[in-house]
Amino acid sequence: MLSRRNPQLNAHGELIHLLSIEGLPREVLTHILDTAGTFLSVNEREVKKVPLLRGKSVFNLFFENSTRTRTTFEIAAKRLSADVINLDIARSSTAKGESLLDTIANLSAMHADMFVVRHGESGAPYLIARHCAPHVHVVNAGDGRHAHPTQGLLDMYAIRHYKRDFTQLTVAIVGDIVHSRVARSDIHGLTTLGVPEVRVVGPRTLVPGDLRAMGVRVCHDMAEGMKGADVIIMLRLQNERMTGAMLPSAGEFAKTFGLTPEKLALAKPDAIVMHPGPINRGVEIDSSVADGSASVILPQVTFGIAVRMAVMSIIAGNEA
Amino acid sequence: MSTLSLDAEALYTELLGGVRPLLQPDTALVGIWSGGAWLAERLQADLKRAGPCGVISSALHRDDYAARGLAGGGDVTRLPFAIDGARILLIDDVLFTGRTIRAVINELYDFGRPHSVDLAVLVDRGGRELPIQASFAAAKVVLPAAQRLTLARGVGGRFAFSLDPKD
Repeated sequence: MLSRRNPQLNAHGELIHLLSIEGLPREVLTHILDTAGTFLSVNEREVKKVPLLRGKSVFNLFFENSTRTRTTFEIAAKRLSADVINLDIARSSTAKGESLLDTIANLSAMHADMFVVRHGESGAPYLIARHCAPHVHVVNAGDGRHAHPTQGLLDMYAIRHYKRDFTQLTVAIVGDIVHSRVARSDIHGLTTLGVPEVRVVGPRTLVPGDLRAMGVRVCHDMAEGMKGADVIIMLRLQNERMTGAMLPSAGEFAKTFGLTPEKLALAKPDAIVMHPGPINRGVEIDSSVADGSASVILPQVTFGIAVRMAVMSIIAGNEA
Repeated sequence: MSTLSLDAEALYTELLGGVRPLLQPDTALVGIWSGGAWLAERLQADLKRAGPCGVISSALHRDDYAARGLAGGGDVTRLPFAIDGARILLIDDVLFTGRTIRAVINELYDFGRPHSVDLAVLVDRGGRELPIQASFAAAKVVLPAAQRLTLARGVGGRFAFSLDPKD
């Protein structure tokens, strides 16, 4: 009989894989954020390394290329003393016709303890988690349009760091929501942590009305979306995912939804501006905003290492 | 089950007297989170030592991580002074197997190389599994391994011990 239990949690409700923020209880998210706080200070020590994952092997399986995300996971694992193996998987086994599960079985035979998986297909990390050995843990580093939970968690960490309390906030997520796994992970994180108003802002082609089902307010007008916002999360316009005429042009998008100082002025005076990177200056975000005092884009990168250390150390310490 | 009763406040007075000979003018007090940190904070005030004491956590260097996972407790190590060349006096509530002390010494070394590290505790309950001793213990008792001795800080900062069966 198939278990109806969340595959990310063991029978005690402890996190054993991180596949999606969706379905995780608030306490689990808060525990990750609290733990990340501990690791943030480790990254400032003279010795930026702790022995929690000593003797463990973490395999970075990036079926879809992403140097930046892979590097942050690599740094996080190394600061936990794990051995890190980066596999250029897209150009090796799969190119030779090996199935995903055969690849996983082979790597498991090499005594892997953790897989960090980036895959173009939504759900691939779930498949791996379901078929790997009980002692192996899986972290989703982005799957298709579905989820990017560590990015979502680092965004939650940044918001808590600057705003302290989630329960009084208005958060606007702006841009290409429909293609964005970051947006989906952020929405699940924000609603679980008690943010009363989450807005998704963009043109109808990139922000479909059915997103309301996720408990968010849909805004097709930038001024309406910005008004009174405490936190603005700008998303990258994903040119490589743009198929068909979803936008007249990047220039048109920049004019209407690009974050300029004038549009930012509609938000609260102490609003923060976030972006998962890499940023397209002059498209979704004006340089003066990206480099301005409201921007927390670079601290997000720093928090990302600590959050990934927290996730890896929590799941590796829990048994299936 | 032992019915031993330990008066934590009386033992604190003993500890206050016992740490004085261990202190040099430049010695820094570092309390082991959480019970030891409460003690160090109160000692720092009662000994009229300048500045804040340090707080140190064993969480990131524990040897039972594989069995118990990462203990909660958040960001607790706070060492508001340079560790390189410092004389450190670690303070803890209960000394048992010695494993926590081993872990916090490792934690300490992540911040630098101290000149010396000493240890004073409220209660040494025996049962050592590592070659670690305290320079001062306000009480020495022998308790069965199946019992947990826990320090609590109550109203007005008063200390009290409780003795319970382990989970």
